[in-house]
Amino acid sequence: MLRFILMRLMKAAVILIAILTLNFFLIHAAPGDPAAVLAGEAGAADAQFIEQLRQRFGLDKPLLTQLGIYLGGVLQLDLGYSYRQQMPVADLIFARLPATLLLTLTAFVIALVLGTLAGVLASARVGKWSDTVISTLALLFYATPLFWVALMAVLVFSVFLNWLPGFGYETVGANYTGFRRALDIAQHLILPATTLGLFFMAVYMRMTRASMLEVSRLDFVKTARAKGLRPGIIQRRHIFRNAMLPVVTLAGLQAGQLVGGAVLTETVFAWPGIGRLMFEALTQRDYNLLLGVFFVSAAMVLLFNLITDILYRVVDPRIRVVS
Amino acid sequence: MLRRLSLLAAALAISTTLHAEPVTGGRANVVIQPEPPSLMVGLVQNGPTQMVAGNIYEGLLRYDTDLEPMPQLAKSWEISEDGMTYTFHLHENVKWHDGEPFTAADVVFSADVFLRETHPRLRTSLEHVEEISAPDDHTVVFKLKQPFGPFIGIFEVGTMPMIPKHIYEGTDFANNPANNTPIGTGPFKFAEWEKGSHILLTKNEDYYEEGKPYLDEIYWHVIPDAASRAVAYETGVVDMLPGGSIENFDVQRIAEMDNTCITDKGWEYFGPHSWMWLNNREGPTSDVRFRKAVMYAMDREFARDALWNGLGKIANSPVSSSTRFHTDDVTEYAYDPDKARELLQEMGYDGTPVRLLPLPYGETWQRWAEAVKQNLDEVGIEVEIVATDVAGWNQKLAEWDYDIAFTYLYQYGDPALGVARTYVSSNIAKGSQWNNVEGYVNEDVDALFDQAAVAVTSEERQELYTKVQQILTDEVPVAWLLELGFPTIYRCNVKDLVTTAIGVNDGFKDAYIEK
Repeated sequence: MLRFILMRLMKAAVILIAILTLNFFLIHAAPGDPAAVLAGEAGAADAQFIEQLRQRFGLDKPLLTQLGIYLGGVLQLDLGYSYRQQMPVADLIFARLPATLLLTLTAFVIALVLGTLAGVLASARVGKWSDTVISTLALLFYATPLFWVALMAVLVFSVFLNWLPGFGYETVGANYTGFRRALDIAQHLILPATTLGLFFMAVYMRMTRASMLEVSRLDFVKTARAKGLRPGIIQRRHIFRNAMLPVVTLAGLQAGQLVGGAVLTETVFAWPGIGRLMFEALTQRDYNLLLGVFFVSAAMVLLFNLITDILYRVVDPRIRVVS
Repeated sequence: MLRRLSLLAAALAISTTLHAEPVTGGRANVVIQPEPPSLMVGLVQNGPTQMVAGNIYEGLLRYDTDLEPMPQLAKSWEISEDGMTYTFHLHENVKWHDGEPFTAADVVFSADVFLRETHPRLRTSLEHVEEISAPDDHTVVFKLKQPFGPFIGIFEVGTMPMIPKHIYEGTDFANNPANNTPIGTGPFKFAEWEKGSHILLTKNEDYYEEGKPYLDEIYWHVIPDAASRAVAYETGVVDMLPGGSIENFDVQRIAEMDNTCITDKGWEYFGPHSWMWLNNREGPTSDVRFRKAVMYAMDREFARDALWNGLGKIANSPVSSSTRFHTDDVTEYAYDPDKARELLQEMGYDGTPVRLLPLPYGETWQRWAEAVKQNLDEVGIEVEIVATDVAGWNQKLAEWDYDIAFTYLYQYGDPALGVARTYVSSNIAKGSQWNNVEGYVNEDVDALFDQAAVAVTSEERQELYTKVQQILTDEVPVAWLLELGFPTIYRCNVKDLVTTAIGVNDGFKDAYIEK
């Protein structure tokens, strides 16, 4: 197992450098650069000023030299400096990380728990009205664009009903502490986390339902029934555990994206997370910041892939035997 | 539409009614968008930076809505008769937020050292300055090389902010750690910046103007989505929406809310002037008849009423009506599609398609581009809209890679500061989108702008600028659209929010909240 993990980690490091290099060139291929954007916001600037900025940011050097400098920094765990925000990239990312993790993990848990439960329920009552209701809802959540759901949620729960705050991480200026602050953040969390969770909830539900039904038709389930096992035990120990394999794969994929944040949700709900940071960095061509976010989220995807593979071995003994 | 416009007009009228004694205390909750990159206004001159930093930093002067100078850090000033020497007398009891005294040495350092290096717009104006000196701690003298008409207009906080010499002298300005904790002389001090969430400024208890400011603190809320900003006002999270905070199509709905006032004042100094760049170098846009046809083809009244809530004016000249030396004695282009078709026929326009670059600043601009495309289609001009983001738009303009492109620029109160740059031929250079991007060349226009900038009397300047406006409206180097009206929306119990020509950008030192 240890050897397996070590091998995978080494591979991951190589992939990470490759991803960074590719991203580096892709970003530089986009029109415009941070100096022009920064100068542009001032509403008046001359070519001399833009050139001054380029020199300050090191953008006047050949592209390969810039790449070398950047990768050299990354190898020493230095993600560079944000041109626009005039702060180290790592500081900016870590300042936003807690908010993003809170949002995405909550959405993840909501999606995984509710989605799987609904899937199991629907598969147990296949063809009945409760299955129809659950499946229809799942289809609806799956098909509705996220930004629309988000705006409607704000409109209904915040503007019309005034039950929940419509945006932000906490009540700015209230200066709550301790439990009151936690409660305040929780209230702010409900709308964005639910909105973000809906799509994946639908996916987990459909995946679980289909997988449960498929597994329940397999021979070993018939054997279990023939042995006279109680239906509850067959459902839990035999069908559910096997049906979870594709769900684990999917959860691993989703978990990898958690750190990348959620651009749309964070923007609509003014959630101060990494997704927004990334989007702003993109529109402002803040190369270092953008690469920094890509680096952290790529690293997370690789890490969660590894965790998924390890989990596989726990859930499915057959894989352990083969390797 | 008429009913909606009259409601807006009524709201505008309400906002100018008289009111009682200022009240001390309270908190202002304001939207800021986008989040500023930095609050050090000497280094970064973008809109959001200036809007927040206008409370922290100050200039020597402010300007009223007729662009007349008012005291700020300078309590009085004199201009010599030959227009060559400007003497400013400073307030004597001014302290920086860290307790150090503010003196004439700070002024000399700011103008002559710091801003010369970091402020491209001011740098151009300072080329007219021979020497800046401080005969004593509270007097500053600017000696010019030759008279420069707009000189008295460059002392507001965004153009010439005062920078603390004791913090910056001899340091690398751009990388000074103090940039993260800005120190100014203004009515509010920097207190806290939670990136992605809010900026907090608190009252400067040692402010040199007795009794001011009235407010205890200002919270600037960072809310990236325009619809969410509107909701923030509707749900009472914020009480002020500076111009441009919400999409124009939301303005009407928000303005009709209870206790809501709206004003389009506070933009006179900027005079935001919108136009379409027309590439004078090649293609159909290089023909003056085509450019005139574009002017006649556009229904600018429709654009103003439908897209800008009836706020703003039709731009009939390159010089905004809020800028000095504007004249109405110019060639006018009313909406006249038939005339446009005639001109196109006369030039023999063969239907060559032209590329139209919208301004990527949100929904209003996108719709405006579509409206113009429709107008041009109607007279037979084939238009394709090119989609791009801000960085791409910057680059296309700087590289002259366009046929028609939307923009708007500030005029800074004087044609020499904000108008000439668009039309003089010495200002044609790739790599920037704030110069003569259209590539228009006319020696007479060059000469008139040059003479007008250094002419001593206002009468002389007016005469020269009138001539230049007439030539330009005849030759249509660019297609002028509107003098934009940006509404500032706020709860009516917030008083004296907008008192000068730069509005909320001048800080909230006069503002108070009526209980």
